Amino acid sequence: MNPANYLILAALLFTIGTVGVLVRRNAIVVFMSIELMLNASNLTLVTFSRIHGTLDGQIMAFFVMVVAAAEVVIGLAIILSIFRTRRSASVDDVNLLKY
Amino acid sequence: MIVADNHLLLAETQKITPPSIEYSSLSPLLIVFAVALVGVLVDAFATRSTRRVIQPILAGAGFVGALVAVAVLHGRHAVLASGAVAIDAPTLFMQGTILVFALLSVLLVAERRLDSSGGAIVASAAVTPGSKGSTAARTSEDVQTEAYPLMVFSVTGMMLFVASNNLLVMFVALEILSLPLYLLAGLARRRRLLSQEAAMKYFLLGAFSSAFFIYGVAFAYGFAGSVEMGKVADAVGTTGKNDIYLYLAVALIGVGLFFKIGAAPFHSWTPDVYQGSPTPVTAFMAAGTKVAAFGALLRVFYVAFGGLRWDWRPVLWGVAILTMVVGAVLALTQRDIKRMLAYSAIAHAGFLLVGVAASNTDGLRGSMFYLVTYGFTTIAAFAVISLVRTGDGEASDLSQWRGLGRTSPLLAGTFSFLLLALAGIPLTSGFTGKFAVFQAAIEGDATPLVIVALVCSAIAAFFYVRVIVLMFFSEPLTEGPVVVTRPTLTFATAGIGAAATLVLGVAPQPLLDLANTAASSGFVR
Repeated sequence: MNPANYLILAALLFTIGTVGVLVRRNAIVVFMSIELMLNASNLTLVTFSRIHGTLDGQIMAFFVMVVAAAEVVIGLAIILSIFRTRRSASVDDVNLLKY
Repeated sequence: MIVADNHLLLAETQKITPPSIEYSSLSPLLIVFAVALVGVLVDAFATRSTRRVIQPILAGAGFVGALVAVAVLHGRHAVLASGAVAIDAPTLFMQGTILVFALLSVLLVAERRLDSSGGAIVASAAVTPGSKGSTAARTSEDVQTEAYPLMVFSVTGMMLFVASNNLLVMFVALEILSLPLYLLAGLARRRRLLSQEAAMKYFLLGAFSSAFFIYGVAFAYGFAGSVEMGKVADAVGTTGKNDIYLYLAVALIGVGLFFKIGAAPFHSWTPDVYQGSPTPVTAFMAAGTKVAAFGALLRVFYVAFGGLRWDWRPVLWGVAILTMVVGAVLALTQRDIKRMLAYSAIAHAGFLLVGVAASNTDGLRGSMFYLVTYGFTTIAAFAVISLVRTGDGEASDLSQWRGLGRTSPLLAGTFSFLLLALAGIPLTSGFTGKFAVFQAAIEGDATPLVIVALVCSAIAAFFYVRVIVLMFFSEPLTEGPVVVTRPTLTFATAGIGAAATLVLGVAPQPLLDLANTAASSGFVR
């Protein structure tokens, strides 16, 4: 199978993730969309690894996974603390800082 | 391109050779990292009252140690750790700058005499604002001492960010510097809701931008078959430049970096985060993150994509112009002083981009010099802001600063001086910094950009002067804010920053020479 198809799939996933961040209201869903973008990058890395015939891309994907895991820890902590205060995880409700 | 059919076979025959690492050349990074880990241990095992004392001393000692290591390493010009890290003169210059700013910021974070309770950092971040324990937490003597190790980790990330010679390492460094900052933004003792909101906005937008960055890195790997800057640069030189992967890589990595420096149109997080974060943390990220992000930006655009100069320059021009205009114009409408300085930070990012767009040695020198001058001034300005307080924390609303020049002339005078430096008036470091950058840009055939920059400086001068007029030429409020006089550490920071602003404005030559030496020895490849 042509590996370029995986690049297209990854681009689609990345776009879905980007649109998700921009249109969804719930912070958790926004965060999931960001994870989707990171995983699209992983798929791109692995595909290029296959195309080039080197292993670098696959190893890089592991790095991205570790970073994503660390990001989850921080992100959920922040979202949770907001949720406990406001009983809502909607990004539209956090609107004290403006102008 | 060849699809490796004997992929698995290849993998078996490729033996992984362990890289040789010169630990001595990495010592500044390793010292700071070790101090961060020790800090975590101290937080786990020391009692509350002792760790309040130990943590700032530990962090400060670590920064001083790393500064010494940076000084010892001067003159090194090598790529280390299998191409992952580059130690060269610009790297060491920027690492040193980051360490000095971190040292000043630690003094601000360690300040505990701002009001009756503790410093600017919350006693317990886990207590829900508005709950029963929250009043107790606000007046508690305790402090969330995790802030220090988090800050030191962030400094590690910043130092690695400017040193990374490999785009993947740069991504990891970006996260090491950002993740602690997201948490630090949420640790303000007063106005917890604003602080939490700042943390969440910073986190979501920051994670969003780093996803763009890593996607760009993936395309750089697809283009060059490697993420080492030197190899990417070689591929730009040989493979031809009309590769869609290459352009995607430049654009996506650019988005990630522009976000970090706070350039328009990726600036929207800056005002909210600067306003909501605890003021010492704001000072730290305004100065430190800017140096780190510009260091990385310069390396990516000058080293990895240097061969593509004529393609990225127009884009950089556009971003620089937009950033300067947005920063200068929107700052005019601000009523919160921290928010105003945030827009001023955006405008300054634009001025710095003028230096980057010059894309010559003078541009590198000018940008590095400007980063130092801007950092000192901005840390001092935020230190002064934290001194003017009302019953519920800092008097951040501009109207509360009315007539402050009559009630506390020394503070208002210092702040006016810092604002004039930010505006770029002669005899302040802001002038010499701007001069260095603009001169480089004119030599680099970017004269129209300099004209826009000068117009924006003039607009920006208006809102700085407006604050000065407000402080000196209006009647003081009857129940105005109080200027606290006990905080020695904050006074020291503000004094050092203001002194550096004056010295670099009157006698900038030694630092200019240092920046010149660093810039002319150039980035290692």
